[in-house]
Amino acid sequence: MKTMKKIASIALATIMVMSMMTGCGNTAADADNSAAAESSVAVDAAATFKIGGIGPITGGAAVYGQAVMNAAELAIAEINAAGGVNGVMFEMNFQDDEHDAEKSVNAYNVVKDWGAQMILGSVTSAPCIAVGQKSFEDNMFQITPSGTAVDCIQYDNAFRLCFSDPNQGAASAKYIGENALAEKVAVIYDSSNAYSSGIYESFAAEAVNYDFEIVAAEAFTEDNNTDFSVQLQKAKDAEADLVFLPIYCKEAAPLLTQADGMGYAPKFFSCDGMDGILSMEGFDAALAEGVMLLTPFAADATDDMTVAFVAAYQEKYGDIPNQFAADSYDTVYAFKAAIEKAGVTPDMSVSDICDALKAAMLEISIDGLTGNGITWTADGEPNKEPKAVIIENGAYKAM
Amino acid sequence: MKVNCLKQKFINLKANKPLRNDLTTYGIVILAYVIIQILGMAGMINSQLKGLLVPICVYAILAVSLNLTVGILGELSLGHAGFMCVGAFTSAFFSKCMVEVIPQAFIRFPLALLIGAASAGLFGVLIGIPVLRLKGDYLAIVTLAFGEIIKNIINTINIGRDSNGLHFSMKSAMDLGMEKDGVFLIKGAMGITGTPGDSNFTVGAVLLLITLFVVLNIVRSRDGRAIMAIRDNVIAAESVGINITKYKLLTFAISAALAGVAGVLYAHNLGSLTATPKTFGYNMSIMILVYVVLGGIGNIRGSMIAAIILYVLPEMLRGLQTYRMLIYAVVLIVMMIYNWAPKSIAWRETHSIKDLLAKAKGAIASKSKKGGN
Repeated sequence: MKTMKKIASIALATIMVMSMMTGCGNTAADADNSAAAESSVAVDAAATFKIGGIGPITGGAAVYGQAVMNAAELAIAEINAAGGVNGVMFEMNFQDDEHDAEKSVNAYNVVKDWGAQMILGSVTSAPCIAVGQKSFEDNMFQITPSGTAVDCIQYDNAFRLCFSDPNQGAASAKYIGENALAEKVAVIYDSSNAYSSGIYESFAAEAVNYDFEIVAAEAFTEDNNTDFSVQLQKAKDAEADLVFLPIYCKEAAPLLTQADGMGYAPKFFSCDGMDGILSMEGFDAALAEGVMLLTPFAADATDDMTVAFVAAYQEKYGDIPNQFAADSYDTVYAFKAAIEKAGVTPDMSVSDICDALKAAMLEISIDGLTGNGITWTADGEPNKEPKAVIIENGAYKAM
Repeated sequence: MKVNCLKQKFINLKANKPLRNDLTTYGIVILAYVIIQILGMAGMINSQLKGLLVPICVYAILAVSLNLTVGILGELSLGHAGFMCVGAFTSAFFSKCMVEVIPQAFIRFPLALLIGAASAGLFGVLIGIPVLRLKGDYLAIVTLAFGEIIKNIINTINIGRDSNGLHFSMKSAMDLGMEKDGVFLIKGAMGITGTPGDSNFTVGAVLLLITLFVVLNIVRSRDGRAIMAIRDNVIAAESVGINITKYKLLTFAISAALAGVAGVLYAHNLGSLTATPKTFGYNMSIMILVYVVLGGIGNIRGSMIAAIILYVLPEMLRGLQTYRMLIYAVVLIVMMIYNWAPKSIAWRETHSIKDLLAKAKGAIASKSKKGGN
């Protein structure tokens, strides 16, 4: 009798879980159906431009993917509210790639099935390279807001809005050299990360042209990115007066804390990965005082466009937008500008749209959050001025 | 005469349950392949499913090959992704070097396969020699460490090619000292980009069949019985003269080589190959182990099916947005309980479809008998 009861309870529990799951499945299917219905209605009235977004919404890089997704939604809502592009609305389907090349290609296939006509993504470098190959095969137009590796845009259908890794490294070396910030420089970078090692390489290559010396280049990997005392000690022993950190704020937070603990206070110089350090949880923002970074976007800039964007973003998502959000916002406006220039319509084939937009990208110039008068070259790289900011009194300040 | 011979064979097949079982396994793969091909020709599969086909083959091969170590040899290995990584990188390196010399994919890809499998197998032997002296948890930990070492070493390798030939460095890409016309073949953490996309579903299905054929035949052979004897009782196996080291090493190396094959398939399916913790770290090794445990330790067909279901599930749940990984975890727990909880096994035994069918059949038979009378 007892066993019968137990079996019955297990069976009931299973049924409950199953029904919950099927419930979820149904609602999802319903949502899909209604979305499909909506879009078909939209097609009857006026077709839309469909943007397929790809980026990490879950996992370790989720903070970047979510920023890109939110800001793109925001920009699309703004454009649609203002009457769309030539009267045509934008529509976006953003799929998760977990910061993994294989999953990213899966996500690409999903948005392709959905009918995407252009791709916003991928957000991170290695997945973006894999997706770039597929979008090239399909001749689908692609702009990555933040894929910094050189090969992300190796084909002519792809453009990017951010600086490439070599650009950032070289620009940092140039900035340090021209402003005579230091004589002895130490570099601490993540050798297992394409972004970090890419910047370091171009930094070192460019550094020979200026009269500062790289006295230490210390690496760590993704598996031991919590303790930096050895690397910091080496930098200190080499008497470096500036430490270049081409790393993400996730690693920079413990690094700065440990440097402070050792009583080592050189100048710190970093790239856009450091953006967001002030809003890190559990990090004493006072430690980031005096850190310089090269970033195209500072959330507390006082120009009208940034102020409006930050206010709208904060109202909708409760966060202060980072540089990825700004890149993504500008990317959507780049789509808009290119579409207006090329005069494409949603009923054209994906390949025709791509060819037209490709040509139009070289002619447009947009004033965005990350720079004024951004233009593109045929190899897909943007032309814009890098900006350096310094953290003072707990806020970013232009240098 | 001929008919008799066929009849004999058929009777043999009926009596030979393992053989029948194996043929069913091959049949499932071939049937699935044919159905997908027909649907594909009719234009009835979308690009999402089309894109999933090769990864499905990759993970099925991985699960089947790991089952050889875990299920048949009975040793817990957590370094399987490391062997996959070796196969992926050596073969992708070969393909990238040779893409101009051998432009025909049908010659280049089999060579890449052989190289990937051989190098992964070689690493299997090298790692197996010290590791297989250990047992149980200790072996699991050491294989885990080896997998991580492989991944980390590959992350530091830089190889470039220019007019002077090949350059190699473990420090950084700049230390290669290449001429202006140089191209990077492997660039540290950036890995290999632009591997020719030689993988497709046909190749994947054939490789899966070969993997199944190799593993199932080992299991049914004299060697397989020796291996399982080691699993069941080492001392007894040793006392009847089985060479423990030889069989352990053999199994480990074959398992590694097959993982290498999966790596080759993986590397030639994507435009970028990087050794991140997600793709080749212990997370992946444990994921493969999950496939094996869910499908049934020692059950080759089960691990193949589990790999397919668990790989496709999160992709099919994309409609749930960010909840999908949560639902995936819940489904994993439910499936594990259904598969392995003693109560659930007992319940399944009393409620199996086979029994129900047999009962129904029996009822019909007895009814018709009565009717006849």
